[in-house]
Amino acid sequence: MNDNNVSTSIKKPSLWSRFRAWRIKKSIEIDHWSRKKPFRRKMYLNRSLYAMMAPYLIMFTCFTVAPVVMSFMLGFTYFNMLEAPRWVGWQNYIDLFLNDPIFITAIKNTLIIALITGPLGYIMAFVFAWLINELPQKLRAIITLVFYAPSIAGGAITIWALIFASDIYGYANAYLTDWGIIHEPITWLQNATYILPIVIIVQLWMSLGVNFLSLIAGLKGIDRNQYEAGAVDGIKNRWQELWYITLPNMKSILIFAAVIQISGALGVGAVTTALAGFPSVAYAGHTIVNHLQDYGSIRYEMGYASAIATILFFSAILLNRLIRRIIRKVGS
Amino acid sequence: MAKVKKTKDPSQKALTLKERRNERKSKMIDSRPFAEIASFKILYKSKKKKRVNRSKAGDLVLFIFLSLSGILSVLPLLLIINNAFKPLDEIFLYPPNFFVRNPTLDNFSDLGVVLGTSLVPFSRYFFNTILITVVGTVGHLIIASMCAYPLAKYKVPGGGIIMGLVTYSLMFPSAVTGIPNYMILNWFGLIDTYWAIILPVIASSLGLYLMKQFMIPVPMELLESAKIDGASEFKIYWKVVMPLVKPASITLVILNFKALWAADGSTYIYREDYKMLSYALSQIASAGPARQGTLAAVALIMITVPIVMFIISQSNMIDTMAHSGMK
Repeated sequence: MNDNNVSTSIKKPSLWSRFRAWRIKKSIEIDHWSRKKPFRRKMYLNRSLYAMMAPYLIMFTCFTVAPVVMSFMLGFTYFNMLEAPRWVGWQNYIDLFLNDPIFITAIKNTLIIALITGPLGYIMAFVFAWLINELPQKLRAIITLVFYAPSIAGGAITIWALIFASDIYGYANAYLTDWGIIHEPITWLQNATYILPIVIIVQLWMSLGVNFLSLIAGLKGIDRNQYEAGAVDGIKNRWQELWYITLPNMKSILIFAAVIQISGALGVGAVTTALAGFPSVAYAGHTIVNHLQDYGSIRYEMGYASAIATILFFSAILLNRLIRRIIRKVGS
Repeated sequence: MAKVKKTKDPSQKALTLKERRNERKSKMIDSRPFAEIASFKILYKSKKKKRVNRSKAGDLVLFIFLSLSGILSVLPLLLIINNAFKPLDEIFLYPPNFFVRNPTLDNFSDLGVVLGTSLVPFSRYFFNTILITVVGTVGHLIIASMCAYPLAKYKVPGGGIIMGLVTYSLMFPSAVTGIPNYMILNWFGLIDTYWAIILPVIASSLGLYLMKQFMIPVPMELLESAKIDGASEFKIYWKVVMPLVKPASITLVILNFKALWAADGSTYIYREDYKMLSYALSQIASAGPARQGTLAAVALIMITVPIVMFIISQSNMIDTMAHSGMK
């Protein structure tokens, strides 16, 4: 009995060892296969690196690359999540620009917000970072916190709704009445003329984020000796120093900060919803992102919403290329 | 013999210690001739004076501007802190008080009462947020840095394309991918689960970008010596590279924490007991003006956590950002 058992175990290897043998055989096969072409060979030799990259790349493909491609393709269809998408060609885009006055309003609002908060927020971030840079360490840390806190404090936006509340107890109304500037409370967030300026203020208040930190770091990293050399070479004041030494030295950081700033400025949507409601009065605070949410998550017209997303995508990319080209020219 | 050895040993030790001390001292002492040092110091001083070649008036104007805008930036946050401790009659007061007169903790105890009567126990919302934040943050840190290491240190075929895609993905607002994301999550059957919030955040590209940039200066010799010692790529990444990029890790944690802490997740999650803290708190706000004090207490809780985390990690974040440059 015992002998018999041993002999069978020798005859039939265990599952694990069979698997190992299979793996070795397979790997030799793949090794031979990979020898035929140099690129293949390189990929094979780096297989442990690819294994490390795989989890992120799979998720990145699923949640960033594929969505962009999908929204580009769905933009040409009518799709309501229930039926299969139906090809409609350019119809969505034609509708957006010719038959949808609210979209035109949204573009206008987004452009106003982006053109003000984008450059202004960027300049603000740079100027503050630049001024902070000359302060002693401790003070610098405190002021950095002061400017960065609004952007990291996600729940803080509720306070603006209270400040601009429409009754006398809203802080803006109360103080303005108290100082005799206005005589009856203004309905700030229900009044189409005030919504956009308030959104811009709040957006600016929150715009000193990652870009601000990177600008601080960029300024900090510039070699002090360069300023001394510059002083010898005849740089007279801080403005010349800024243009000839500081800016050219941190071009790459400037580009990074601009990229973050642009995607922030074009992506305004949560702020308008939190302040002016959804939809806002007379669509005064309606942005492209709001329009996208309207069709995407309320009306379920996914094709139409995808067309909006595609427009947003391409305008962001184009704007980025333009701004990069401008920044590369700085100081030269 | 033995005696000699005994006396010799400690003396040798003392000598080596002394030698080491001397060596250390000699490293600290400037080895240049004195005249050169002196002239350098004078030059340095004169240049330093020249560098601060700026008008006092300009300084003053700029710093008044800086402090004014600093105050403007911090005022709303101060208002939150003050309102959280104001009794209700002080919040609805005309003319208004900015600062609290009679601080109370009523708002917080009210918050406790409101949450005690909610449909789902408050601890459940809290648990959801903590779970999602921790899993999302740790997952993103590990998965993104594991991908960043080969991209930063090796010429992997396809690496350039991947980095190009990642850089492009930083350029557009996240709303672009919102709808297809919903559809993809729906296909995988992940709507109404924690993963619907966690997975897109793990795949966010800013963390990968910053991590990759921070890993580039890690010396290649270190990796090679580890490889000679027989470490696998994963081991090198985990044991050698990760301890060196701690500032970047902390930055990734903070950025992700910030995103997840404030997320309300109501677009992906419909089940009440899976909803997150900030959703529950926003429901309190919708109950009307009588809850204004409670709302401020809520806001105070929501903003304190990320701000405290930032205070702790500020210098690390700035270290990381120093490498964020883009061509």
